[in-house]
Amino acid sequence: MPSSDGIDTLALVSSRGFVAPVTWRPNWLVLALLAVTFGLVPLVADDYWLNAVLIPFLVLSLAGLGLNLLTGFAGQASLGAGALMSVGAFASYNFLLRAPLLPLPVSLALGGATAAGLGLVFGLPSLRIKGFYLLASTLGAQFFVEWAFTKYEWFSNHASSGSISAPRLALFGCDLSSPLGRYLLTATIVALLTWVAANLVRSQTGRTWTAIRDMDTAAAVIGIPVVGAKLSAFVVSSFILGIAGALWAFTYLGTADAHSFDIDRSFQILFIIIIGGLGSLAGSYIGAAFILVLPIFLDRFALALFGGMIGTGLLENLQKIIFGSLIIFLLAREPRGLAAYLARLSRWLLPRRA
Amino acid sequence: MSFFLETLVGGLLAGVMYSLVALGFVLIYKASRVFNFAQGSLLLFAALAFVTLTEHGVNLWLAGLITLALLILIALAIERAVLRPLTGRSDLTLFMATLGLSYVIEGVAQTVMGSDVHALDLGIPDVPMQVGPIQISVFDLTAAAISGVLVLALSLLFSRTRLGVSLRAVADDPLAAQSIGIKLDTVWSVVWAVAGFVGLVAGLLWGSRQGVQFSLSLVVLKALPVLIIGGFTSITGAIVGGLIVGASESLAELYLGPLIGGGLSAWFAYVLALAFLLVRPSGLFGERAIERV
Amino acid sequence: MNFSSLRVRSVAACAGLALAAAFAASPAAAADAPEQFWPLLTYRVGPFAPSGIPIWAGVLDTIRYYNEVKGGIDGVKIVTDECETGWLAEKGVECYERLKGGRTGLPIPFVEPESAPISYALTDKIVADKIPMITINYGRTEATDGSVFKWNFPIILTFYSEASGIINFIAQKEGGFDKLKGKKIATLYNDSAYGRETLAPLALLSKKYGFQDIEIPNPNPGNEQSAQWQQIREIKPDWVFLRGWGIQTPVAIKTAARIGYPVDRIIGDVWSGSEDDVIPAGAAGKGFLAATTNAAGTDFAIHRELKKYILDKGKSDLKDLSRFGTVYYNAGIVHAIVTIEAIRAAHQKFGNRPITGVEGQYGFEHLNIDQKRIEELGVTGLLQPLKLSCSDHEGGGALRIQQWDGQKWTPVSDWIQADRETLRPLIDEKASAYAKEKGVTPRDCSKED
Repeated sequence: MPSSDGIDTLALVSSRGFVAPVTWRPNWLVLALLAVTFGLVPLVADDYWLNAVLIPFLVLSLAGLGLNLLTGFAGQASLGAGALMSVGAFASYNFLLRAPLLPLPVSLALGGATAAGLGLVFGLPSLRIKGFYLLASTLGAQFFVEWAFTKYEWFSNHASSGSISAPRLALFGCDLSSPLGRYLLTATIVALLTWVAANLVRSQTGRTWTAIRDMDTAAAVIGIPVVGAKLSAFVVSSFILGIAGALWAFTYLGTADAHSFDIDRSFQILFIIIIGGLGSLAGSYIGAAFILVLPIFLDRFALALFGGMIGTGLLENLQKIIFGSLIIFLLAREPRGLAAYLARLSRWLLPRRA
Repeated sequence: MSFFLETLVGGLLAGVMYSLVALGFVLIYKASRVFNFAQGSLLLFAALAFVTLTEHGVNLWLAGLITLALLILIALAIERAVLRPLTGRSDLTLFMATLGLSYVIEGVAQTVMGSDVHALDLGIPDVPMQVGPIQISVFDLTAAAISGVLVLALSLLFSRTRLGVSLRAVADDPLAAQSIGIKLDTVWSVVWAVAGFVGLVAGLLWGSRQGVQFSLSLVVLKALPVLIIGGFTSITGAIVGGLIVGASESLAELYLGPLIGGGLSAWFAYVLALAFLLVRPSGLFGERAIERV
Repeated sequence: MNFSSLRVRSVAACAGLALAAAFAASPAAAADAPEQFWPLLTYRVGPFAPSGIPIWAGVLDTIRYYNEVKGGIDGVKIVTDECETGWLAEKGVECYERLKGGRTGLPIPFVEPESAPISYALTDKIVADKIPMITINYGRTEATDGSVFKWNFPIILTFYSEASGIINFIAQKEGGFDKLKGKKIATLYNDSAYGRETLAPLALLSKKYGFQDIEIPNPNPGNEQSAQWQQIREIKPDWVFLRGWGIQTPVAIKTAARIGYPVDRIIGDVWSGSEDDVIPAGAAGKGFLAATTNAAGTDFAIHRELKKYILDKGKSDLKDLSRFGTVYYNAGIVHAIVTIEAIRAAHQKFGNRPITGVEGQYGFEHLNIDQKRIEELGVTGLLQPLKLSCSDHEGGGALRIQQWDGQKWTPVSDWIQADRETLRPLIDEKASAYAKEKGVTPRDCSKED
């Protein structure tokens, strides 16, 4: 009997998420979000919002999106998200450094492609091992990549700190290094890749992915190309994760080293998609928002209510407890994550006419 | 040659420490089919609780008993609050839930007992002893002896007692076991309690070896390769797997390390585990899983 | 879609209000006299909290002492805000962005992240925001060259200077620099950017003095080091330089004891030389040596003052009073004093009022604490003379070696100055490589000084 966790029930509703299931045209919600993202935010947001909230939100959402395609849609467990982000970041850095004539988007894309190549290699064990054991192989890759980038100085251009830092970000002559410039660059890339992902999951490829997630032996029996589907999931997911890693290094923190994308990062991305909703594109965004905003919210809230009485340490531990409990709760009660709750809320707020 | 022997023995003994941690995992996996990632945090919790009690003047053995009682309570709470709502779910889901659980336990442990470092002195000297041409640590030998006793006790528990037989029945086929009157809850609770005890011993030994602090919970990351190599469901496998991982890690660091820059103990165990996975997915001593369509 | 439905409007309104309330800027402190804002990026949880907590206590106690007993800095009182970073880059960035406008919108006079990853993440941002970043006893060594790194101050001791100081101490113990020839000095380093920083200077110094420089990496987290110490046993080095952080140090000490390497031949770096690093090692730690730029102990003039006015009155930030006088607590005192003196230097040019980022940069670059001033401040033995300039953002470069006796740290050497002339070409090389990569035009220091 196939595993009866809630993930399989996603098979029917997963590809819908928030975006209209019937046509490929973006619906009013998406248009509104785009208007806010590119119209409103640049006008009103200050440095703090751009640097510390919006840019990381976008980058983490993208990473969540990438991992969600692999784990939520195609059902391939992976704790190697950090390693793929790392490869994307270091590869993009090296392309930007050593081939300075290439324009920025090309270097980023090449960084993503390098990550995709590595993802293909990680994906090969998935053909023989599955589920939980696959985690072990991705964990191994995670540690290996971290080690390789620390060990071989060539990757970080022999910097004594072993870290890579954002080269000059310029596109068509405009300098993008201001917070607003970095924000617009990130938002454009994320919007683009989301659109690509949305189309993918609704295409034949996407349906194949969910088929192998739910019943892969049966899928093979009825002729679905399992090998191709698994590998394509790894490749696409890794490409997106690679670009997310490059953005993390270049537009958000401005720097990265081998340990910026360690096992805690992999856990964080996994938490994002579990909390947000496995198999839901919108869920990646919601999960990222939650993970990013909760600590800040707790800090401000505690500050406002209790002055300085609650130690920052206690708040930090509280966050851990909340995250952990939420994960257990969501997995038990609502495996479709916060996305499902939000969907219910939106239906309550804006009931469709009978 | 003696250097090779020393490294080998050192590695084997380090492996025994890994096995200790893996044992706890095996027990829980045998009973509930879940890879309990929270085992690491439980180890940290056990060590912290023990050390906090002894630092407040509580006698060593009493502290041990109190900690054990605490662990058993926590294990029961986990079984109720986490495992029961997630019965029948996939391995992956359960693993992710234990991942969340580990965060909760760490948060609680640090809130209640603080983030200071503590020394843990069990009275076992950590000095080298000369045995023939090689040097062995007294502490490592003691740890190995303790593990040996533990393994023997556990094996006897599972093969000779009624409880042990019930456990094996539950592990094989929960439904069938229930139908012949075995109470699942009792069995699971006992197993989690025993796993808690094993976790306590492992936590104390590791804490004694490196001090009790936050990163104690990271030992769990070495347990996974040990289990893959030895098999998730076999106690013997945990020991053998640990020995293999410990020895090969040390030898690889010594001979391969200089070729590629050293520090490969970060990932070597995983690569080894991967090789095993591709060749023998169920591990050396594990049961072959039957896949159902 | 019925946007006019009451439900939508009321829920939306409530949600909007709640969100706005949560993110509203903290109310500006409407003080009678203007106050100096002092941002505190701290970590009170996570793996490095045991090291951090005493540092903040030292800083906060010193600030409180200055506020209540000395009337502030030249009459300007200090007000602080704390933000938890967990030592992580992304949290550090969020805290920086949140605090960089202080309470009144004016840029803060400095930021001290107390964490290498955060300092790297902030390197470009502080340049854009014109806020000096000080990294005491860590950070980018090449930032010593202030002509390239105008806003980056690796004050007191950089890793290059530390490496040189250690070699100079070993030379002292061996009876002279000529005795270093042929000796084996092994570096067991945390396999990270932090750990690798001393490899380059050691390689250079080994060429100069003829000792064998052996490098052994220690992968994170370092809770199992048998293989590394077996190697050490095989090599039999005369000295081991331990570049540890967190749990690596006690595990290293214990493993060394286990394989029989004498612990009094192991020298830890400034971040492996606190009580928390040796206590978990138990009896094995007796005799362990470590570098420091501030001694441990309570027998200093400043401590007598702090005890009288802060500790005994229950106003200390320390929850555990036995930490008074520990290595990191004293480091906190030194951090605070150095910053206060820099602000004072800025006051001399700009007047006795709250200092902004640009003025803070002036203050740090013109920091000059001589031996006389050190005595006036009450920190003799805790602080070395510091003189910064446009071309020298380190200012000090000396360390002391201390030894653990099972109960406390005792200095076993006087101030040992690093060989900065030999190392300066390396620093200049890295600084110009950075300048080239980033398109920075170096300042002309002869015009600035």
